[in-house]
Amino acid sequence: MTTPFVALSELEHDALTELVNIGVSKAAAALRQMVGEEILLSVPSVEVVSHTTAIALIGEREGDELVAIRQNFSGAFSGRALLIFPQANSLELVRAVVGEEMSSEDVLTIQQEALAETGNVILNGCLATMANMLHRSLSMSLPEVLHGNGARVFEFGDLEAEGLVLFLYINFAMRDRDIRGYIAMLMDLPSLASLRVLIGDFIDRVMSEDVPGAV
Amino acid sequence: MTVTVLIVDDSKLARIVTARNLQALQPDWQRVEASNADEALSVVGAQKIDLALLDYNMPGRNGLELAAELRVRYPIMPIAIITANIQDEIITRAREVNASFVAKPITEDALRGFISGAALRLRSGGG
Repeated sequence: MTTPFVALSELEHDALTELVNIGVSKAAAALRQMVGEEILLSVPSVEVVSHTTAIALIGEREGDELVAIRQNFSGAFSGRALLIFPQANSLELVRAVVGEEMSSEDVLTIQQEALAETGNVILNGCLATMANMLHRSLSMSLPEVLHGNGARVFEFGDLEAEGLVLFLYINFAMRDRDIRGYIAMLMDLPSLASLRVLIGDFIDRVMSEDVPGAV
Repeated sequence: MTVTVLIVDDSKLARIVTARNLQALQPDWQRVEASNADEALSVVGAQKIDLALLDYNMPGRNGLELAAELRVRYPIMPIAIITANIQDEIITRAREVNASFVAKPITEDALRGFISGAALRLRSGGG
C-alpha cells in the first residue's frame, strides 16, 4: 500500500515545528527537575526524508555506539519517539539523574532502569503536550533501551529503506556535563497524513478563536 | 499616546496567535513583528516600541540574549519571554534582565497578567 506524499504547507510545517518546540520545552523543564541542572535545546528540525536518510542524519554524525530509549506511540497518529545519545555519555546521564552519592556499582545496576525512566519523562512529556494541543490522545508503549549504531536505533520493522518518513529532531545538552544527544520522532506517511489533518484543525482553532470583547 | 508592541517569534503561527490574543486584550495597541533577533533590532532601530514579547527558542540569538540587547536601549520597557521551557536557570537569567514570563502555548489568560501590568506602567509614565 502506498500513500501519496503530500508536502506540508509552510504554515503546517511551522505549526508542527511549534508543537514539537512546546512539547520538548516542557519535557526539558521536567528533566531539569530530575537532574538539577540546565538542559540546553536546539530549535527543532522537521523534515520528510527517506528512512535511510534519517538513519544517516544521526548515524553518520555519530561514529560511535549509541544508546536510545524508544517508545512507540499510537492513536490518532502513530510512530516512534527516541531519546538518543552516545553510549559513552550513558553512565554520566544516569549519574546526573541518580545523584553523586550512589556508588559506581549501584549506578551500573540501575543503569537500564534509570535510562528507561529518563526517556519516559522526556518522550511522554513531549508527546502528551503535543497530543493535548491537538485535542487527541495517544497511547505510549513502555520504554525500551537499545544499544547499537544508527541503523539499529532507527530500525523500523515494517518500513522500506527508501520509504519516506517524517523525521523530527532536536539536539539537547546539559550545560555543566559532557552530555549531549537528540530527541527524534519518526512517523510513516499514513501517520503524517493523519497528523496533517489534526494540524489543520489546530491551525483553524488558534486562528479562529473568538476574540472576546473588553475584559 | 499609541502603544506599540514588538512581537518576536520564529514561528509565523505563534506570532499570529500572540497578535490575536493581544488584539483581544488591547485592541488599540499597534503591533510590529519580527522573526528573529536581527530583524527585531532593525525594527527597534527604525521606530519606537513600548513593550516586547520575545520567544525564547529561536535560531540565532535566543529571546534572553535579545532581551539583554533591548535593555541597553530601553532600560525600563516591559519585556516578556515567551516559552514553555521554564527551567530555573532561564528564570534567573530573565530576572537579571528584568523580563517577565509568559507561558506557551499563548492564550489570552497567559498574556493577561503581563499585559495588564505593562499597561499600568505605561499609563503611569513608567514606560
